Amino acid sequence: MNSVRSLFKFLGRLEGLAIAMVLLVLYIALILAAPAVFTHPLIYISFLETVPPTLIAALGLTLVITAGEIDLSFPAVVSLSGFALSWGWKTFDPAYGAWIGIGLALAAGALVGYINGVMVARIGVPSIMATLAANFFWYGISILLAGGLQVTLKGSEDNFVHELFVGRLFGSVPVQAFWALGLAVLLWFILNRHKFGEGIMFIGDNANVARVMGVNVEATRIRLFALHGMIAAFSGIIVTLDIGVFYPDQGNFLLPAMASVFVGGTSIAGGAGSIFGTVFGSYIIGSLAAGVVATTISGYWVQVVEGVVMAAVIVLNAATGKGNMAALSSRFRHWGAPVPANPAHELLPKDDTAPN
Amino acid sequence: MANNPVQESVEQHALRMVNIEKYFGLVHALTNINLEVGRNEIVGLIGDNGAGKSTLVKILTGVFPPTSGELYVAGRKIDFRRYNVQSAHAHGIETVYQDKSLGEKQVLWRNFFIGREIVNRLGFIDVKKEKAIANEIMVNTIGFRSKGITVDSNVSQLSGGERQGIAIGRAMHFEADLIILDEPTVALSLKEVAKVINFVHKIKEGGKASIYISHSIPDVYEVSDRFIVLDRGEIGASIPKKDISLKDLDGFLLDYAHGLKDKERS
Repeated sequence: MNSVRSLFKFLGRLEGLAIAMVLLVLYIALILAAPAVFTHPLIYISFLETVPPTLIAALGLTLVITAGEIDLSFPAVVSLSGFALSWGWKTFDPAYGAWIGIGLALAAGALVGYINGVMVARIGVPSIMATLAANFFWYGISILLAGGLQVTLKGSEDNFVHELFVGRLFGSVPVQAFWALGLAVLLWFILNRHKFGEGIMFIGDNANVARVMGVNVEATRIRLFALHGMIAAFSGIIVTLDIGVFYPDQGNFLLPAMASVFVGGTSIAGGAGSIFGTVFGSYIIGSLAAGVVATTISGYWVQVVEGVVMAAVIVLNAATGKGNMAALSSRFRHWGAPVPANPAHELLPKDDTAPN
Repeated sequence: MANNPVQESVEQHALRMVNIEKYFGLVHALTNINLEVGRNEIVGLIGDNGAGKSTLVKILTGVFPPTSGELYVAGRKIDFRRYNVQSAHAHGIETVYQDKSLGEKQVLWRNFFIGREIVNRLGFIDVKKEKAIANEIMVNTIGFRSKGITVDSNVSQLSGGERQGIAIGRAMHFEADLIILDEPTVALSLKEVAKVINFVHKIKEGGKASIYISHSIPDVYEVSDRFIVLDRGEIGASIPKKDISLKDLDGFLLDYAHGLKDKERS
C-alpha cells in the first residue's frame, strides 16, 4: 500500500507525465484510425525532423512565459538568423563560412532578444507590444537584407555542419531531435536547478517579492529575452540547414510554438513552467495535422481537430493542476447538490429526457 | 549626545537613527527623529495613519533616503547613496511585510533562499543543502508544527499566519541585526495573529532585535519591550513596557488621538 502511494507520488513529480500520456493516447488513436501510416516508422522519423524547430523555439518560450512575459518576435529571429547563416555560407569558403554564419546567427538572435529585454525591463513596455513590434521590424529587416529572395546553401549536404546539426543517426534518425532533447534537458536544469531559473519563477510569480528578496529583476528579464533570442536563432539554424535553403518566411510557426507551451501545461499566469510538458506538447501539436490527413478525413478538418485537441488538453491541465483539483471537485459538488431538490428539474419538458 | 557617538554605545544598538528629517516637497514628513533599538530589543512603533510610520520604514529599508540625518545599523553608518532595497539585506536589515514576502506558487525551500541561493561555481543550486537548512529553520528556529507541511509544500498551502512565520524564520536564519515587521497581522484571523505573535517571541528568544509596527495595540503590547509613539512626524513618547500597563497605554494613545497631549505641551 505504502509502496503504491510512493509510486504515485514519484509519478506525480515526473514533469510532463500527463501530457506524455495524452501523446501516447493520440498515437494509439492514430494507429487505430490510420494503421497503414502509423504502424510504419517513417511517419515518426518524419515527426523527429519537422517538430524540433518549433520545439526549440517553444522551449525558450516556456521560460519567457514562466517569467510572466511573452515573446512574439521569435519568428523574425528564425528568419533573420537563417539569413545570417546563408550570408556567411555564400560569402566565405563553406569549410569555415558555415561556422561564421552560425556565429552571426546566434549573435543576431541575442541582439534582438537583448533589445526586447531592454524595452521590457528598462523602458517598461509590456512585452506583448514590444515583441510584436520587434517581430514586424526584424522580419522586415530580414526581407530587406535578402532582397525578398531565398538563398540556397550550396553543397550543404556534404558539409560537416549539416551532418552535425541535421544529419541522420544510424542512417535514419534525424540528429536535430537529439539537439532539441539536449536543449530541453539543459533548460530544465537552468529553470529548476539554477538561480537564474529560480529568479525567473519568482519574477513570474510576483516581481515585487523577487525584487525585495534581492533578485535583480531587470537584469534577469534582459538575460531571459536575450537567451530566448539565441534559442530562436538556433531554431532558425536548424530550419535553414535542414532544407538547405533560407527563405524569409521560414519562422512561420508562432502559433504552433505557443500552443505547444500551453498544451504542455505551462500557465500563462507565470510562476511555473514545464519544460518536458513543452517537449510532449510540441509533438502533439506537430503530429496532429499529418495524423488527421492520414486518417483520410478531409484535410479541411485539420484545424478543427487541432482546435478540439488543444482545448481539451488545456482544460485537462487546468483541471489537474496543483490545487485546482479540489476547486474542480467542489464545483462539481456544487453543480450536483441542488439537483434532487431542483424544481426546475421537474419542469423540464418531457421531450428533453432520454428516450426509454 | 548625538554629536559625539561613543563607540561602545554604538555597539549596543542594532539600529540608531540620528536627527533624521524627511521632506516631501514642502511637507515635513519626519521631524528630528532620534531613535535607538537595542541588540535584543523589540520596539513597538505606534502611531495613527499619517504619523510617519511607513515613511520611517521606507527609509530603513532603502526605498528612499532621508532629507538629512544619519542611520547606523549595528554600529555601521549607512551611506544613503549606496543604500537600496537590495543592499538592506547586506546591512542586516530584513523586512516582513503584510504581503509580498513570499512567492505564492513556489515551494517553501525556494522561498527561504530566493535571492541568496546556495550555489556552486556555475550558479547551480545545492537543493539538498537548501532543503536541509530550510527544514532546520522550520522545526527548530520557528517551531513550525502544522501537519502535512514540509519544505516541499507550496506557499499557497499555508495559512496567513504561517506565511509570516516562514518570512520571520528566513529573516532570523540570515542573521539579521534588525527585523522590521510592517503590519504583519493585517487581514489575519485572531488564531493566525496568535501564531504570528508566537513567531515574534522567537525573535526575542533568538537574541535578535525587531521593530514591530501594528495598528493593534494589544498585539504591540504583548510582544514589545518598549513603545515608541510617532505623532505627526515626531517621536511623541518612548515608554518601556515595565512602566505602563496595556490599559494605561491605551488611554495614553487615546489622549493623543484627541489632541490632549498638545494642550499639555503648550
